[in-house]
Amino acid sequence: MLEIKNLHVKLEDEDKQILKGVDLSLEAGKVHAIMGPNGSGKSTLSYVLSGKDGYEVTEGSAHLQGEDVLDMEPEERAAAGLFLAFQYPVEIPGVGNMTFLRTAVNAQRKARGEEELSAGDFLKVVREKAKTLKIDAEMLKRPVNVGFSGGEKKRNEILQMAMLEPKMCILDETDSGLDVDAMKLVSEGVNALRDAGRTFLVITHYQRLLDHIKPDVVHIMANGRIVKTGGPELALEVEQNGYADILAEEVA
Amino acid sequence: MGLPDIKTNLTDARLAAQPVPQSGAWLAAARDDALARLRAMGLPTKRDEYWKYTDPSTLTEAVAQSADVFDAADEAPLYDGIDRLKLVFVDGVFDVDASDDMAPEGVTIERLADAGAADIHWAKDLYGVLEAKGQSPVERPLAALNSATATDGVLIHVTGTPSKPISLIYRHADATSDATLHHVIKVDAGAEVTVLENGPAAARFNKCMEVDVADTGVFHHIRAQGRDHERRAVTHIFGRLGKESVFKSFTMTANGVLTRNEVVLELTGDDAQASVAGACMGDGAFHHDDTVFITHDAVNCESRQVFKKVLRNGAVGVFQGKILVQPDAQKTDGYQISQSLLLDDDSQFLAKPELEIYADDVACSHGSTSGAINEEALFYLRSRGVEKGTAEDLLVLSFLAEAIEEIESDDISEDILARLEAWLMRRRG
Repeated sequence: MLEIKNLHVKLEDEDKQILKGVDLSLEAGKVHAIMGPNGSGKSTLSYVLSGKDGYEVTEGSAHLQGEDVLDMEPEERAAAGLFLAFQYPVEIPGVGNMTFLRTAVNAQRKARGEEELSAGDFLKVVREKAKTLKIDAEMLKRPVNVGFSGGEKKRNEILQMAMLEPKMCILDETDSGLDVDAMKLVSEGVNALRDAGRTFLVITHYQRLLDHIKPDVVHIMANGRIVKTGGPELALEVEQNGYADILAEEVA
Repeated sequence: MGLPDIKTNLTDARLAAQPVPQSGAWLAAARDDALARLRAMGLPTKRDEYWKYTDPSTLTEAVAQSADVFDAADEAPLYDGIDRLKLVFVDGVFDVDASDDMAPEGVTIERLADAGAADIHWAKDLYGVLEAKGQSPVERPLAALNSATATDGVLIHVTGTPSKPISLIYRHADATSDATLHHVIKVDAGAEVTVLENGPAAARFNKCMEVDVADTGVFHHIRAQGRDHERRAVTHIFGRLGKESVFKSFTMTANGVLTRNEVVLELTGDDAQASVAGACMGDGAFHHDDTVFITHDAVNCESRQVFKKVLRNGAVGVFQGKILVQPDAQKTDGYQISQSLLLDDDSQFLAKPELEIYADDVACSHGSTSGAINEEALFYLRSRGVEKGTAEDLLVLSFLAEAIEEIESDDISEDILARLEAWLMRRRG
């Protein structure tokens, strides 16, 4: 699904290298998790893949189903099936959540040469998906993320994901700012989307999210590189011993 | 101290081209007073402090610059889905045939040209009276010119709650028209009315509206300026608010080479509420000036000024807003915000927010900002597949939203929003 090879990224405005040769191969239908200490480059990876300004790729590549994503505009990446659930979803006053969702869904459909959803059809689908995420009509009407609690914002991200049905979903610290109940709700939303044709990259600091969203593969990222890859047991090891052992191993 | 020659000459030349019309006794007296005020002040020039950011020369010169008539079919009509009483003016002249019958319940409407011929009229206590009061502490000579020379307008007396809004429609048909309209609106105690305005009106348009809202009266005003790139307009609203009354005025402006909108309100009764808001989109040769002066003269009143301007391709936005709180106006709640979204480096926003407070128990806040589009929000929208241009438009509407939300009626605010969306879509082609 997503092939990342030897990806090197620096900040555009500073001479600061953040990613120093990331290699990742994410197969269709799998859930990969990336864990790692603060500043290891996890969020940068998610931003670079989704096309945020401010980063410069100095080496390496990323291909989504064979297409070079690094060459695309952010909206083209979205239409190609890439989705980033933001760590900090942005508030947009004055734009209704519903309007936003419909604009996004139809923009992607249009970009893919599909017919736009009618207002009625859209409403039906959005109501059904919102219900499973416990998002009520009031929240759909409110301006995008304005006045939403941390949990509501993250649920709203998952609703967008459910509506857009991307192939490659990147979740950037979706568990941050969530209480136990909200984490459960969000995880259920994600699990409902697990599918043979869909891949997840779950970025997190903590094992607890991975109790709910069970990964197939766990990667440890440190200092701009993937330093260790293993099964779900790797996440447990981190939870018990911290990163120190793994990082020490790497240096040795 | 005499008036500088330049002002005397300017005023003489303008009055020679635009003489004081003949009228009946009450209106003739009001016009005489206004003329005396005008002659004492003289028309404004760029050197006047109050015109520091806006050059008034094309508004004051004897003959109006011509303006190509915009193709009305080029844009979706406004207020189409709203049941309203239509009063149509073409180049500043009331068009009886195009207008609806003037007799809804709860309101009487007369044409200034007709009522002005009478010897006596209720409007004599308001016509030019609120304007005269609004000349202090800042002079507004173009309003005095209007009171002296207005050739048409309507006198609206609201005695109840008319079932539909009164819609003043200004059509522009003659490329050289120079229109001066003066409206007087009297809202009785407990009465409630909504007045809508839209249309370019003329090549040059000077409009004055005096609004007296009695105790517990409610006045809503929604105005859409635009549909004509080249027109020049100066407008004044003078409002007096009684006890527990409500006055809300919203203006949307797009197009227009020059617009100066002045709103002068005096809150004279306790617990009155005022809101003056504007959403404006300027592109290219566009200069828009909102000048607002709100005086709190009573206890426990609230006033809001919410102005948003989106400027691109060298457009200029001006905001001069003042809240004056008199010594007895305790418990005043005053809010003022003026913001611009500058979409490029060529556009300009000039703001002069002022507070002058003489009471000690008040809450007043003001803020003025200029900024570019929010890159974080733009990326967020694009990451969801929204194309860059559409995402920018959404953020423009998002920016204007706070001003549009000042409109009380959801039907009307949706209409305004739809018009703004249509404008943005048309821009992108």
